[in-house]
Amino acid sequence: MRTKTGNAALGRRILFFAALSVMAIPFVFPTWWMFTSSLKPISEIFAFPPTLWPENPSFDAYVKAFELQPFARQYFNSLYISLIVTVGTMAVASLAGYAFARIKFRGQNLLFMIVLVGLLIPSEVTIVPMFQIFNRLGLIDTHWPIILVSTFGAPSVLATFIMRQFFLTLPVELEEAARLDGLGRLAIWWRIAMPLATSALAAVSIFTFLHIWNLYLEPTVYLQSPELFTLPQALTRYTDAYGGQLWNVQLAAATMTALPVLVVFVVAQKQFVEGLAQTGLKG
Amino acid sequence: MQSGRASALPDGTPKRRRLTLQQRDAVTGYLFIAPQVLGILAFVIVPLALVVYFSFHEWNVLAGTFTFVGAENFERFLTDKNIAPVMQSTAVFSISLVIANITLALLLAVLLNRTMRGVTFFRTLFFSPVVVSLVAWTIVWGFLFQDNGGINGMLQVIGIEGPNWLREGPTAMASVVIVQVFKNVGLNMVLFLAALQGVPQELQEAARVDGANPRTVFRYITIPMISPTILLTFIITIVGSLQVFAQIAVLTQGGPGISTTVLIYYLFQQAFLFGQFGYGSVLSLVLFIIVLILTIVQWQLRKKWVFYEN
Repeated sequence: MRTKTGNAALGRRILFFAALSVMAIPFVFPTWWMFTSSLKPISEIFAFPPTLWPENPSFDAYVKAFELQPFARQYFNSLYISLIVTVGTMAVASLAGYAFARIKFRGQNLLFMIVLVGLLIPSEVTIVPMFQIFNRLGLIDTHWPIILVSTFGAPSVLATFIMRQFFLTLPVELEEAARLDGLGRLAIWWRIAMPLATSALAAVSIFTFLHIWNLYLEPTVYLQSPELFTLPQALTRYTDAYGGQLWNVQLAAATMTALPVLVVFVVAQKQFVEGLAQTGLKG
Repeated sequence: MQSGRASALPDGTPKRRRLTLQQRDAVTGYLFIAPQVLGILAFVIVPLALVVYFSFHEWNVLAGTFTFVGAENFERFLTDKNIAPVMQSTAVFSISLVIANITLALLLAVLLNRTMRGVTFFRTLFFSPVVVSLVAWTIVWGFLFQDNGGINGMLQVIGIEGPNWLREGPTAMASVVIVQVFKNVGLNMVLFLAALQGVPQELQEAARVDGANPRTVFRYITIPMISPTILLTFIITIVGSLQVFAQIAVLTQGGPGISTTVLIYYLFQQAFLFGQFGYGSVLSLVLFIIVLILTIVQWQLRKKWVFYEN
């Protein structure tokens, strides 16, 4: 009797995981295909039947990726812009979030509504005047528009909102005790509130980094020189003399773009998922 | 803060000190919010006003002239024969994406909402595309969708002649939706998982003891309990769908014809490829109004079907 139900349960479990495995194909296969194809010569890329692993894996396409474009430079651009904006957003959002949650001042609600307008308006709506403003300031074909708008503009509003929601939950007694000890607001924010906010800050930094790392419209609009390109923009420019796509080079560059974040994700998977769930639930 | 100043008389020192503290606090508050508020004014509110202003002007980039043209750009919008197909593509894309994304995310979340060995591994797999760079993801799908690419290769193995996915209107649109769904469904899945874990077990067990089958429990207990999250994912997904740019730019450039030219891509073409900044501004306003209407409608609807615990 017991083994019978045990077998049935085991059967159901096998069926369950088999179904999941089939469903996982479109989620996992493209990344696999991207990586394995980047190791194939162009002739094997379109071979029939498709090969799941290259016959003679080679890193030629990876070398080519650096030869055809200033890829190392572009990599650095993406990395440094994403890091600066992430740190900047954490600062801007935690300061504003703290003030909106914990400090009383006149016009608070109105000012908070103004900030929330940033959540309502996709940055695509304002891209035309933004281009004109930065053009007037002579900042087209520099990284300034991306850094400034992302750190202070609409993209940081969700972060401010999340930080505010978090700081609202902190017990008031903590701050009162600190005040009695003579700490000023800045010190309370930095020494009491911020250390307690690591989970919210982690969430904010993860989604900010991913957002900036993936930006495509803004770099396309603001940047013209290949050495200033960010990775998403650079990936689409691997073409031969006739404008045909150099698939293996493009896929090698794509692999190099996707892999670091994927590795970080696998290592810090729990924080990633919980962090993003938190942003969604509280946002 | 007049009250503060008024009572800052030398009658009650403790009172005075408390109020000064409050004033100082207010100043700190303004300083703390200044970067964000000024950023929103400079990069959202002012540009939004400029969008309105630009929409009444014609901008000749080559001649460097900027002239008032009244409602000309709006008239052009009303008579632009591309607008109907563009709006249709936008609607088709957004609606298919939202339905596919939320259904699949909910299905995966329900399947994976259990404590069993191996489940965490699958959660990771389904979530992983979220962290793969968007353009990298799109490029590999573009590669798979080639006429002689991976998908048709697989189909051929089982004896099916696949279409030229990106070169035929309906399949091109389907391709863009597919690429987007698998990229982001993991995000909604995680949100649903978090919501499902918040549904009290006792409630479901009580219903089951009362003889309700799993489907009834899901329909009448689980769904209402997670409805705030459903609304949230709905808003995120639909507003996000209006911003789909990289996928279109990389996969189809709006083609074939204009079958995958959604509003945002059309806006980009008009403004930045054809230098039509005035007309681009009109299209920006249209995008803004659509987002505004969607947000208001969803906000109103939430009272109807969102269940709140308290």
